[in-house]
Amino acid sequence: MPTVMTEGKAILIDKSGGMEAAGRRRARRRREFVIEGGLLLAALVSVATTVTILAVLLFESLGFFEIVSLLDFFTDTLWTPLFDDPHYGILPLLAGTVVTSVVGLLVAIPVGTVSAIYLSEFASPRMREIIKPTLELLGAVPTVVYGYFALLVVTPALQLLWPDLPGFNMLGPGIVIGIMILPLVISLSEDAMRAVPMVLREGSYAMGATHLETAWRVVVPAATSGIVAAYVLGVSRAVGETMVVAIAAGQNPNLTWNPMEPAATITAYIVQVALGDLPHGSIGYRSIFAAGLVLAVMTFAFNILGHVMRKRFREVY
Amino acid sequence: MIKRRKFSEALFKALGLSALVLAVGTLVLLFGALLIDGVGRLDWQFLTSFPSRHASQAGILPAVVGSTLVMLVTAFVGIPIGVAAAIYLEEYARRTWLTELIEVTVTNLAGVPSIIFGLLALGLFVYMLGLGSSILTAGLTLALLILPVVIVTTREAIRAIPVQIREAAFALGATRWQTVADHVLPYSASGILTGIILALSRAIGETAPIVTVGALTFIAFLPPSPITDQPPYLSFEWLMSPFTVMPIQMFGWVSRPGEDFAANAAAAGLLLVGMTLAMNGLAIYVRYRMRKRVSW
Repeated sequence: MPTVMTEGKAILIDKSGGMEAAGRRRARRRREFVIEGGLLLAALVSVATTVTILAVLLFESLGFFEIVSLLDFFTDTLWTPLFDDPHYGILPLLAGTVVTSVVGLLVAIPVGTVSAIYLSEFASPRMREIIKPTLELLGAVPTVVYGYFALLVVTPALQLLWPDLPGFNMLGPGIVIGIMILPLVISLSEDAMRAVPMVLREGSYAMGATHLETAWRVVVPAATSGIVAAYVLGVSRAVGETMVVAIAAGQNPNLTWNPMEPAATITAYIVQVALGDLPHGSIGYRSIFAAGLVLAVMTFAFNILGHVMRKRFREVY
Repeated sequence: MIKRRKFSEALFKALGLSALVLAVGTLVLLFGALLIDGVGRLDWQFLTSFPSRHASQAGILPAVVGSTLVMLVTAFVGIPIGVAAAIYLEEYARRTWLTELIEVTVTNLAGVPSIIFGLLALGLFVYMLGLGSSILTAGLTLALLILPVVIVTTREAIRAIPVQIREAAFALGATRWQTVADHVLPYSASGILTGIILALSRAIGETAPIVTVGALTFIAFLPPSPITDQPPYLSFEWLMSPFTVMPIQMFGWVSRPGEDFAANAAAAGLLLVGMTLAMNGLAIYVRYRMRKRVSW
C-alpha cells in the first residue's frame, strides 16, 4: 500500500472507498427490499386464492340466479337441471349431504370421543407414541380409496344384515365418512384434553376421585370448547367429502331422510356434471357453481366456528 | 361403593381400548380387503399397460406418468410459493392488518373442501386463462391446494430455530435475508422437507378437483415426451396435454360394473395407499432423524 502519498490523494482514495461502500450498502438495501417484496407477493397468493374462489363462485352463480329465482332454489323439492323439464331446488342435494354427514358423525363422535379420552387420560405414553402417528397415516389415505371401501366392502357387508339394502345407499358411505374423519376428531379432541393443566387433575385426585371421574367430570368439561371444535371441523370435512359419496351413494338427487336409500349430495352432483361434457356457460355448467357456493358457505361457517372455539380453549388457562 | 367405582373405571378402560381398537382395527380390516382384492392384479403388465376394455389387459401406465408430471408442476409452483410465504410470515411480517388477513386466509384455505378448488380451477384456469383440461391446469390446481399445508409446516420448522441464532447473525452485520438464507433455512431444511413430502403425498391422492378440471378416465396415449431428439432437446408440449392420474383411473374402474374392474380398482388403490404410506413414512423418518441430531 502507498505509504508515500500526498495528503490530497489519500483523502481521494478514502473518499472513493467510502463511496464504494455506500454504493454497496445501497445495492444491498435494494436487494433486501426486492427480496422482501417477492416474499410478500408469495404470501399474498393465499389471499388472492381466497378472493378468486369467492369471485368465481359468485360470478358463475349470478348467471345461474338470473334464470333461477332464489325462492325456487331454496323451496323446490326437485333437482333436475339436466332434464327437459328442469327444476332447480337445492333441497334434495342438501338432504343427501346432511344425511351422509349425520351418519358419519354418529360413528365418529362417540367412537372418537371415547378413544380420545382413553388416549389422553388412560393410555401409556408409549401407546400414545404409536397410536398418534398411525392415526396421522390413516388420515393421509386418498379419499378415492375410502370410496372403494364404501361401495365394495362396507355396503356388501351391510347387505348381509339388511338384504334389501340397495347397492347405492347413504348408510355405507356415511359410515365410511365417519371412519375417515375419526383420526381428525381423535387427534383434535385429544389435543384439547391434553391442554387441560395437570393441577386440575391433581386437585380432583386429592378429593378422592377416580381416574374416570376425573376424566369425565373435570377434564372433559374443561376441554369442552376444544372437543366441540373438533366435532365442528369434523362436520366441515364430512360435508365437503366428495369421492366417497360420488362413488357409493348414487347419482340421483332424492329428497329423503332415510339413509337406506340412494341419494346424491352437493359434491356428488358436481362430480357427476364434471364427468359429463357440459358446454361452458350453459345453465347446467353454472348450476355446479351455485351448488358449490352453497357448499362453500356451509364449510366456511363451520370452519370459522371451529377455529373460534379452538382459540377459546387455548386462551382459558 | 368403592367397588362400584373401581368397576366403572375398569369398564371404561375396556370401552376406551375397544373404541380405539375398533377405529384402528376397522381400517386395518378395510386395507386387508383391498390387499386381497388387488394384489393378484398388481404385476409388471399392470404397471406398463394402457387402459383397455378388457379388464385383465388393462394397465395404469398413463395414470402413473400423468401423476408424475402433474406432481412435477405442483412441486415446481407450490413449494417455492409456500416456503416463501412462510418465510415472510415468520421472519418479515409485522403485526399489521395485512399479516392478519394473510394468516386468516391460510387457515381458511386449509379447511376449504378440495372440490371447491376444482371449481376455482374450472372457472379460472380452464376457461378464463384458456389453459384447458391440461397437465398444467391440474398441477396449478394442486399447487394452490397444498399451499396451506406447505406454509403451516414450514412456519413450524422455522419457528423451532432459536432466536439467538438470528441475533448472532444480525450482530455480525448480516442482513435479514442473509440471516434467513445462510442460517434459518439450512437449519430448518429437514423440517421443511417433511412438510413438503406430506403436502405432495396429499396432492398425489386428490381426486375431486382433478375430476372437476376435466381429467379423462380412459386415456390410451402418453403425453409428449419432455426430451426430444431435436435441439433444444427440451419440450414443454406435455404441459398442455390431456391426461389422467392414478386416483382418477381408480375412480374410473370403481365406477364400472364387474368384478374384474373392481380388482383393477383395488390394485390401483394398493398402489396409491402404498405410495402415500411410503411418503408419510419417509416424512416421519426425516422428522425423527432431525430430532435426534439437533440439540440447541
